Amino acid sequence: MSGFACPAPLGAHEKILLAHGGGGRLMHDLLERVFLPSFDNPALAERHDGARLDLAGTTLAFTTDAYVVRPLFFPGGDIGRLAIHGTVNDLAMCGARPLWLSAAFILEEGLPVECLERVVASMRAAAAETGVSLVTGDTKVVDRGKGDGLYVTTAGIGAIDPRAPAIGPSSVRPGDAVILSGDVGRHGIAILAAREELALESTVESDCADLSRPVLALLDAGVEVHCLRDCTRGGFATNLIEIAQQARVDVAIEETRVAVEPAVRGACELLGLDPLYVANEGRMVCFVPEAQAARAVEVLRGFAACAGAAIVGRACDAGAGLVTLRGALGASSVLDMLSGEQLPRIC
Amino acid sequence: VKYLDEYRDAAGSRRLLDEVARAVTRPWTIMEVCGGQTHSLLRSGIDTLLPASLTLVHGPGCPVCVTPVEQIDKAIEIALTPGTILATFGDMLRVPGTGRDLQTARAAGADVRMVYSPTDAVRIATENPDREVVFFAVGFETTAPTTALAVLQAERADARNFTLLVAHVRVPPAMGVILDAPDNRVQGFLAPGHVCTVMGFTEYEDLAARYRVPIVVTGFEPIDLLQGILQCVRQLENGRFEVENAYARSVRRQGNESARGLIDRVFEVSDRAWRGLGCLPGSGLSLRPAYAAFDAEARFGRVRAEGATEAGECIAGLVLRGLKKPHECPAFGTRCTPEHPLGAPMVSAEGACAAYERYRRGR
Repeated sequence: MSGFACPAPLGAHEKILLAHGGGGRLMHDLLERVFLPSFDNPALAERHDGARLDLAGTTLAFTTDAYVVRPLFFPGGDIGRLAIHGTVNDLAMCGARPLWLSAAFILEEGLPVECLERVVASMRAAAAETGVSLVTGDTKVVDRGKGDGLYVTTAGIGAIDPRAPAIGPSSVRPGDAVILSGDVGRHGIAILAAREELALESTVESDCADLSRPVLALLDAGVEVHCLRDCTRGGFATNLIEIAQQARVDVAIEETRVAVEPAVRGACELLGLDPLYVANEGRMVCFVPEAQAARAVEVLRGFAACAGAAIVGRACDAGAGLVTLRGALGASSVLDMLSGEQLPRIC
Repeated sequence: VKYLDEYRDAAGSRRLLDEVARAVTRPWTIMEVCGGQTHSLLRSGIDTLLPASLTLVHGPGCPVCVTPVEQIDKAIEIALTPGTILATFGDMLRVPGTGRDLQTARAAGADVRMVYSPTDAVRIATENPDREVVFFAVGFETTAPTTALAVLQAERADARNFTLLVAHVRVPPAMGVILDAPDNRVQGFLAPGHVCTVMGFTEYEDLAARYRVPIVVTGFEPIDLLQGILQCVRQLENGRFEVENAYARSVRRQGNESARGLIDRVFEVSDRAWRGLGCLPGSGLSLRPAYAAFDAEARFGRVRAEGATEAGECIAGLVLRGLKKPHECPAFGTRCTPEHPLGAPMVSAEGACAAYERYRRGR
C-alpha cells in the first residue's frame, strides 16, 4: 500500500463519513489505522476476501460480511440474495467450497413480517442454488427509525480445495492473463436506478450471482488459478488495483476488452460515473497462467453468470503495483483507486 | 447512447491526430474551457498523442472548482441550522470550505442530501413542509435552466420552505479575464459544448472579435475534441480568429431558446466572486427581484462567512487560469489528494487536479 500512503492522519476526519464505507482509499485508511493494528495476526494480514485457517489437516476459509443495501429489493436481486451470494463468493475467492453460513438479522420495529418472509425465501433459494447450509443465526430488533427496515450479517465457512491451496495476490506471476468474468457496473446502476430519490428509468438488473460453481469448475478443469477477487465495492478498477499492489506486480488492461452494457454506459454518462468503478455482485477477476487462459474463459462461459468472460489484460513485470488502462486510441492512463464514496450503501 | 460510439472511433481519432500533426507548424497554446473536456482528453490520452509543440491548458470550466470558499462556508452554516435540509450535487460534499466540508457537516448531524436535479430538491421540500429546504445551486449556464425550472415548480407548488443558495456563473466573462491578464498564454479556445448548447455562441463572437482569438465550440468525445483542436490549429496557422462550431449535432448559434427563456425569467446577470479569480463583473446569475422570496441568503439573514480562507498552499487560481498545470503544484499528490484536498480542483469530477491525480499518477 505504500504507493498510496496518505500523508494526512486519519484524525483529519474526526468522525466516520459515509465515504469510509465506500470501498475506496478512505476505507483502506480505516483498515490500516484502526482495525489491522488492533487485531494483528497472520490470517488477517493476508488481507484476502476471507481468512485461511488450518485445522487438523483441513484448510478452512472463513469470512463475514454485513449487508445494509437500500432499497431492500431491487431489479435482479434483494438483500437476502446478496447476503448469501456475497459471502459465498468471498469463500470462493479463497478457492474454497462453501459449506456453512450463519445469518444475523437486525430488524427495525414496524417492518412488515411479509417483507422479512420474502427476504428469507430469497435467501433459502440462493443457498439451495449454491449448496450451502444456513446452520446458525441470531435476530435483534431495534427501535423504529434506528435501522433501514432490515440489515443482515452473514458469516461463512468453506473447505479450501486442496488443488488450489494458495489462491491470492502472492501467487500472481508476471505474464499471468487477467480474466474478467463479464460486463461491469450493473449492480451499482441497478441500485441507483431503484432509489426513489432518483427518477432514473432503467432496465438494468443487478448481476448478483453465485461465483462458487464457476470457480470450482475452473479447478475441476485443471486450471492453475493464481488469484481471484470479486469486483464488489469500488468496482473492477479498485479491486484490480488492490491485487496489483498486494502482489507487487504491474498490470496492463485493454479498455476495449472490458465489456459495459449500453444501458449501464448510458446511465454512467448521465450521472458522471465511471463504470470501471461501479460495484458488481457477480463479477470476478481471475489471474491464470497465459497458456491456460483460453481454456479458463471457455470453462467460465459455460455458466450463465460468466457468459461474458474474456481476457482483458495481463500481469506485467514486478513493480509497485501500477494498473494501466490502454484506451482505444492506444494511449495508456494509470488507474487510480476509488476515493471515497461513489454510491453509498449499495450492498 | 449507442450514438456516442462513432465519436469514440479509434481509426477516426487516429486520422484526426495525423491531420493535427500535419497542420501544426509552430508552437500554440490552446485552452479547453470545460472540465469535462479536460477529463475526456486525459482519459483518452489525447494530450499525450498531440504534437509536442501544441500545448493544451485547462480552463476554469469546473463549476465546483470556481465556487468560492465563502459560498461553501455559507452552505455549511445553513446545513448546520436545526430544521434545515441542504440539497446539492454530489461533488459539492467534499469541496473544502474553511477547515471543513459538507460531508463532515453531515457526519456532525447536518441533513445534507445529494440530488441529481434541482427539481428533486423541490420534491424534498414538498415532502417535508415543516423543514426549510435549501438547494445549493452551482453550475454554469448548463445547470441554470433546471435551477430556474425548480424555482418555477416551487412557486407553482407554493413551497415556501424552498430556497436557493445561488452560485451560478457565466463562462464568457471568465474567458475575458483570462485574455486580459498580462501573463496570459492562451492563443485559442475550445468553447464548452454543453454551455453553448444552452446559450448558443453569439457571446463568443464578441470575444473572438475583441481579442482576435479563435474559438471553436467543441464537444466531449475523442473525435469531437480532436475536431475542435484541428479547427482551432488551422485558424491559428492561418491567422484567423472566428467562432466555429465543431459540435453542430448539439449546438445552434442561438442556443436552446426555451432553456435561455427559463434563465432570463428567473435570473439576472450579476457580479460574482470566483475561487482563484476574484470578483468578476457580470459573471454570475442571481435571482430576479420577483423571485427574491426564494433567496436563501435573505431567508437565513444572519448567514455570513467571516474569515473564509483558502488553504494557503493551493494554486487553484493559477490552474483555473491556465497559468500552471496541476502537477506543477508543490502540494499535488502529497499534501493535496482526493481524500484530503486543499482545493476544489482536486475534488470535482471536472477538476483539472483530480484528472491529473486520476489519469497521470505515477508518471
